[in-house]
Amino acid sequence: MSAIPTFPTAEPWSLPSRGRVAMLSLIIGESAIFTIFVVAYIYYIGKSISGPTPQQVLDIPFFNTVCLLSSSVTIWLSERQIERGNIKAFAALWALTMALGIEFIVGTALEWHKLIYVDGLTIHTNLFGTTFYSLVGLHATHVVVGLLMLTVVMIFTLTGHINIRHTERVQVLALYWHFVDAVWVVVFTVVYIVGR
Amino acid sequence: MADQPFPIAGSLDVTPPRVREQMTVGEWLHAWVVTVDHKRLGILYIVYAIFFLLVAGAEALAVRIQLARPDNHFLTADVYDRMFTMHGTTMVFLVGMPILFGFGNYLVPIMIGARDMAFPRLNAFSFWLTAFGGLLLYYSFIGGYGLYGMGNAPDVMWLAYAPLTEKAFSPGHTMDYWALSLILSGFGTLGTAINIIATALSMRCRGMTLFRMPLFVWLMLVTSALTLITITPLTAAQIMLVIDRYLGGHFFDTQAGGSAMIWLHFFWIFGHPEVYVLVLPAFGMANEIIPVFSRKAIFGYPAMAAASIGIAFVSTGVWAHHMFTVGMTSVGNTFFVLSTMVVGIPTGIKIFNWLATLWGGKIQFRPPMLFCLAFLFQFLIAGLTGIMLSVAPWNWQLHNSYFVIAHFHYVLVGAIVFCIFAGIYYWYPKAIGRMLDETLAKWHFWLFLIGFHVTFDTMHFAGFLGMPRSIYTYEADRGWGTLNMIVSIGGFIQAIAVLIFAYNLIHSYFRGRIAGNDPWDAWTLEWSTPSPPPVYNFATDPVVHSRRPLWDLKHPEDPDWKYE
Amino acid sequence: MKGRRRFNAFVAQRIFLCDSVQHQRGRPRALFITPHKSETHNLQQHHRYFDAKQMSSIMRKHDSPSTRPFLWAAFLLVKPALSRAWAQTKHTPPSIFAPASTPAHEIFGLSMFVLAITGGIFVVVGGLLTFAIIRYRSRKDDDASEPPQIYGSVQVELAWTVVPVLIVVVLFLTTARIIFAVQDAPEPKDALDVTVVGHQFWWEFRYPKLGIVTANELHVPVKQATFLHLLSADVMHSFWVPELAGKTDLIPNHPNDMWIAPQRTGLFLGQCAQFCGPEHAKMLLRVYVDTPEQFQAWVKDQQQPAVDDAAVAAGRHLFETQACTNCHAVNGTAAIGTFGPDLTHLATRDTIAAGAVKNTPQDLHEWIKDPAHFKEGVLMPAMQLSDPQIDQLVAYLDTLK
Repeated sequence: MSAIPTFPTAEPWSLPSRGRVAMLSLIIGESAIFTIFVVAYIYYIGKSISGPTPQQVLDIPFFNTVCLLSSSVTIWLSERQIERGNIKAFAALWALTMALGIEFIVGTALEWHKLIYVDGLTIHTNLFGTTFYSLVGLHATHVVVGLLMLTVVMIFTLTGHINIRHTERVQVLALYWHFVDAVWVVVFTVVYIVGR
Repeated sequence: MADQPFPIAGSLDVTPPRVREQMTVGEWLHAWVVTVDHKRLGILYIVYAIFFLLVAGAEALAVRIQLARPDNHFLTADVYDRMFTMHGTTMVFLVGMPILFGFGNYLVPIMIGARDMAFPRLNAFSFWLTAFGGLLLYYSFIGGYGLYGMGNAPDVMWLAYAPLTEKAFSPGHTMDYWALSLILSGFGTLGTAINIIATALSMRCRGMTLFRMPLFVWLMLVTSALTLITITPLTAAQIMLVIDRYLGGHFFDTQAGGSAMIWLHFFWIFGHPEVYVLVLPAFGMANEIIPVFSRKAIFGYPAMAAASIGIAFVSTGVWAHHMFTVGMTSVGNTFFVLSTMVVGIPTGIKIFNWLATLWGGKIQFRPPMLFCLAFLFQFLIAGLTGIMLSVAPWNWQLHNSYFVIAHFHYVLVGAIVFCIFAGIYYWYPKAIGRMLDETLAKWHFWLFLIGFHVTFDTMHFAGFLGMPRSIYTYEADRGWGTLNMIVSIGGFIQAIAVLIFAYNLIHSYFRGRIAGNDPWDAWTLEWSTPSPPPVYNFATDPVVHSRRPLWDLKHPEDPDWKYE
Repeated sequence: MKGRRRFNAFVAQRIFLCDSVQHQRGRPRALFITPHKSETHNLQQHHRYFDAKQMSSIMRKHDSPSTRPFLWAAFLLVKPALSRAWAQTKHTPPSIFAPASTPAHEIFGLSMFVLAITGGIFVVVGGLLTFAIIRYRSRKDDDASEPPQIYGSVQVELAWTVVPVLIVVVLFLTTARIIFAVQDAPEPKDALDVTVVGHQFWWEFRYPKLGIVTANELHVPVKQATFLHLLSADVMHSFWVPELAGKTDLIPNHPNDMWIAPQRTGLFLGQCAQFCGPEHAKMLLRVYVDTPEQFQAWVKDQQQPAVDDAAVAAGRHLFETQACTNCHAVNGTAAIGTFGPDLTHLATRDTIAAGAVKNTPQDLHEWIKDPAHFKEGVLMPAMQLSDPQIDQLVAYLDTLK
């Protein structure tokens, strides 16, 4: 004898959003990847057997950092706008977020250009080069991926496909962006403050 | 609640009768390739894993033939190294993980009364990533040194200790295939783990609270959570290895000040919890099967769930017990001795709870139960040899010896593979609609049991006599010849058993007895739908009131929810 | 058959050594354990090599029609392998249950303690499982009713949580004591220092205080501590001689230390215990524990520069003009290579090729002709010399006493 048990119930029933659960899981996994790279960076501080050293070549990227961190604020503001159904304000803040993210990538590119062509530091040069480009590069890759996803949302917004019903999805994506910013705080501290 | 009218059996079953449409082979293949149905993907995972089980088993047999006699020349050193490296890598990444996630895929949604996974397309994507990873690994046989160097494959052990994996010591591309395939299947696994977590937390049917989920779902949830933080360090370490090999980085380049130690740590931060990633779903299967065939509810459900979380938690802090011989400080060694021994406590709780479930039951010796009972004994022994290995000074002797090989095969085969076989015998009728042949099953069980013990019990003694792992040959004067011959004979007995099993799978697909919805008189939701279940799993959304919804249905006079 | 003999040896040893472990329990940090009298029972007496004669004598002892075919079968299985063993070199096959040196002793004592506890757990839990399975099996005359459903019991579960906790505490404290006793033992002033360098696929031994460099065969004095400083020239290796001590890895950029303090003389076999490449299996290790006199004589001999015998000048010339010198060193000649083993006193060693080949003129000839014949993955190339040239070379190498 068998049947699907379906007797009625009065219990209220609610479940967490699967999008949030999945994004938080992804963030936990990604954190583990970053942890390993950060540990490797810290472990190899001062262990290079040839130059250049971080003290000689690294400048603190204040402007970049301010831009990236403020993009977390703008994306948070844009989340609030879409919650209220205010799509135009949402689009504007979303575009601002993207601009700040792009600035960060451009800034990183300029920094790397200087390191490679002026200071002669490549991934092959020494342990500092290996760990620096890997860690900062891994973070920059995440920013780029984030930017791609922001761009997709932007395109949908401009073509009029985004409305208040997409709040949940936009917020899930914003979670990722906040995570990328939070990682930068760690990377910045380790690379530019502790390691320098 | 008890006076609610219960639905009459079958009245809600609106499944149309199985109509075998006329499909061409191409259409049939296409349907399987583009599927996003969690059940089909689960079966794909399992079939994929069984295929690689046969491949890796053949590799193990080649290894055993080579070692059966001292100074044997069946394989050259190079080929031997490839065989045991591929055996280990395949068994862990292409057999163990896919088969368990395959079960997770198939069972988690249907056990919690959902119609599919949280993200069906991500699910399909993850499977194909994993599958492609496996093919990439095996492509190294052809691509490792180009066509003129056919037959090359990674030859650095599945632990791939740096700096042996660096370009200086492993030229050619076999290591690249190894690293890339593991990165790829690692992302696949990550996707599946996220999916299972989201499914278990967000897709439960009405009334299926966390503490009413079947223990298998609990264990898959814990496993997936553990996977999130263990597969990713491996992926990170592999990325570093690839950076070293392709871009000339120095992470593990000891000539440039890099460290071999850091690979050891990263690998084992993955590697030890990986054992639990594999064994927890196996526990989950035992948790479902043992109660059904003892005809009793699982003893101490909350303790079982808590012990699983405890094991997962502690397992992230024990990795360096694989490194007692690398020269850590005495304080470091002592810490990892303690953390490792602590794992024994939740594990002990589990064994006692299974014992208490058997106690006072009416044990039916059907094939799934036979495998589970053997699992209990073997897991007990594996746990005890694990305690021996956790004793650091003794570990200095036993580490990297055949004792270790015996220990982890006791876990991986004696516990996990036995549970997997039990799981296949138990759920095959659900997935295929036909029972597996019981006579063949008993042959399989007894031969496999005998072969297992002949092989792996003997290996412990080779370890005591100082036989190190991963040697392709040994001198006659070491006195390991007889033991190795016995081990090899056991290996072939196991191989025969596995072939019987494979035959049974195919034979019963066409000739097996029709199973019906609920052949084992079981209690979880998957047995409430037809076998095989329709694409949508349940015609109506189920509602549950206890951990054993079908028990409530079958025993309206004494339902479970009264006691919970 | 062989298994049983070894098992008897285990039991014998276990009794003797348990005594000695008892004996030392009072002073766990001491480097040396005074050997108990009964320990002088030398296990080397247990000869390990069978020939047909011995086999039939064994079989007479166990003469029963049923065991005979089995014994012969087992004998035929192992015989061809054993006949290749070098009967003239006396050594025991390795075993972690036949300790001959202090760290191995302490580990042995601890292991017996752990074995007893885990054995006890196995008997109790395994017994309960067996009982439950037999007692509560379903029977043919059962009615179809379900057994009483029991969902759990907090008291019972607490009880079986506490017991494992207590066992863990005991095991942990015992283990920690031995870890500190072995790892943090101070180096005595008279200890011998040896630097061990692991290479793919051989061992380099340097005695910095004595000015000796040798390979693959380690000589140490009995009843004296030897501290080993472990380095690696390439990949990870692991130094393991079961009778003397547990293993310790040789890791590039990560120097390690271990020590041994052997109590009886003899030849002890070990090998590399960490996969290090294709010839990992033939990276064998021989440790000769000598009497103090033997050791002094050996040291004196090794400290001499290489013998220069005019009779083999042709061979020496060949050696110095071929690529041999790129990798090998012979003290007192132009050969100063360090990639391969130092050959200054090659002729004093029992084996070549890291213990894989017997050091006889014939084998040496074969080895030089084609090293891969013995060790497929060896890094030494075949030098493409003619047979007469190799003969001259072997004649020269044979004088390097």
